[in-house]
Amino acid sequence: MKAKLFDYIERDNFVFNLSGVTKLLCFLILTFTVMYSYDIRVILAVLVFSFCVLRASEIRFSQIKIMLYYVLVFIAINFVLTYLFSPQYGVELYGAKHVLFQITDRYVVTAEQLLYQGTKVTKYLSVIPLGMIFLLTTNPSEFAASLSSVGVNYKVSIAFSLTLRYFPDMIRDYNDISLAQQARGLDMSRKERLRTRLKNIMSIFVPLIFSSLDRVEVISNAMDLRGFGKYKKRTWYAFRPLHKNDALSILVSVLIMAGALAMAFGIDHGRYWNPFVQ
Amino acid sequence: MKKLFDFKTRTIVATGIGAALFMLLFMYVKVPTGIPETDVQTAYGIGAFFAAMFGPIAGFLIAFIGHAVSDAVQYGSPWWSWVIASGISGFIVGLVYPRLKVDEGVFRGKDILLFNIFQVVANVISWIIVAPVLDIVIYGEPANLVFTQGAVAALSNAVSMGVIGTLLLFLYSKTRSGKGSLSKE
Repeated sequence: MKAKLFDYIERDNFVFNLSGVTKLLCFLILTFTVMYSYDIRVILAVLVFSFCVLRASEIRFSQIKIMLYYVLVFIAINFVLTYLFSPQYGVELYGAKHVLFQITDRYVVTAEQLLYQGTKVTKYLSVIPLGMIFLLTTNPSEFAASLSSVGVNYKVSIAFSLTLRYFPDMIRDYNDISLAQQARGLDMSRKERLRTRLKNIMSIFVPLIFSSLDRVEVISNAMDLRGFGKYKKRTWYAFRPLHKNDALSILVSVLIMAGALAMAFGIDHGRYWNPFVQ
Repeated sequence: MKKLFDFKTRTIVATGIGAALFMLLFMYVKVPTGIPETDVQTAYGIGAFFAAMFGPIAGFLIAFIGHAVSDAVQYGSPWWSWVIASGISGFIVGLVYPRLKVDEGVFRGKDILLFNIFQVVANVISWIIVAPVLDIVIYGEPANLVFTQGAVAALSNAVSMGVIGTLLLFLYSKTRSGKGSLSKE
């Protein structure tokens, strides 16, 4: 278990200098666009756009290598499962059947299914860079400030920033307890039977939970003593004010979304682009 | 008197710490059952414990934040339909909070039954109804695939909450001294 999940490396370029609020808004707008649309042309456009922004943000490949690996495995499993469970879903969806070749009676490869699954793969692929850009180019201290400025209650934002703050501590606690228990002879590996392993996991969880509850008391007392929650609003030290570039970025995202919606309602008459039935 | 939707400083901090724990367990501590892709997520057991201790808002946020952030750092982007379903399961378990007195050292047969009824209802609603329906609406996934995945998730999360959640609540109640436990000699 490694404590370091992702790096935040400060850089000086267009994407990094945007405010966290802007990046959160653009991320949400563009993910919504991609989630809504089932038109592969729109999604490919967003995909190209998001990879360009990823490139412009100067994120190193080594920073996103593990994420990419996870995503590709996920997409592959989803692709296979979708086909195994619903080989005819595309036919149902598009209302046409162009058989390319046949494997068995149930498993027929159709052009419709290929378009459906291909669209799905590009959908997942195009969201990933957007999330990575938001995650890797925003100062972690700024996350809570940006959540609060898009209208999330500041108490929820504080809970969120506490999560990020205490996550490394939790990993350290977990490792300490786990090693201590292993030194006392508890086997956590695959050699042990499932029931014994569950019991052994519990002997880590109990001290972990109890120490966390103590921690909750200490932190909340400290916050109460400093008058936390007295006012309805609060300001954020890490908040970055908005500039011209922020307005520009939000405008571009909104235009992309408007374009996608115009495609959907004006040309496709719905979420799905259907080239099979005219 | 415990209020259902209280959001005191203690609840906020418990939410933050609980979500950090949830995230840690969600990413690293899974119990494999032998069937691929159906690992029992121990995180839901801890989530249910916190929900029963701190109420529905904490329960919702712990599962929602924990799931969303761990998805984001692992896959780059949260899988919203399941993140929302996670949150809802935490919320429903949290509804049991005013009926329990774990803090006062009481967690006996009736309370155990009550907690487990709530967690089973929570898992059925969120994984067999909410998650698959959102998958279909948001992501356009085929129905029979997502309902199968949902049923598997409901079962394994109910096991996690039922075993780990119940045990933790029971053990925690043992460490608390009850009201009026002192007697004059």
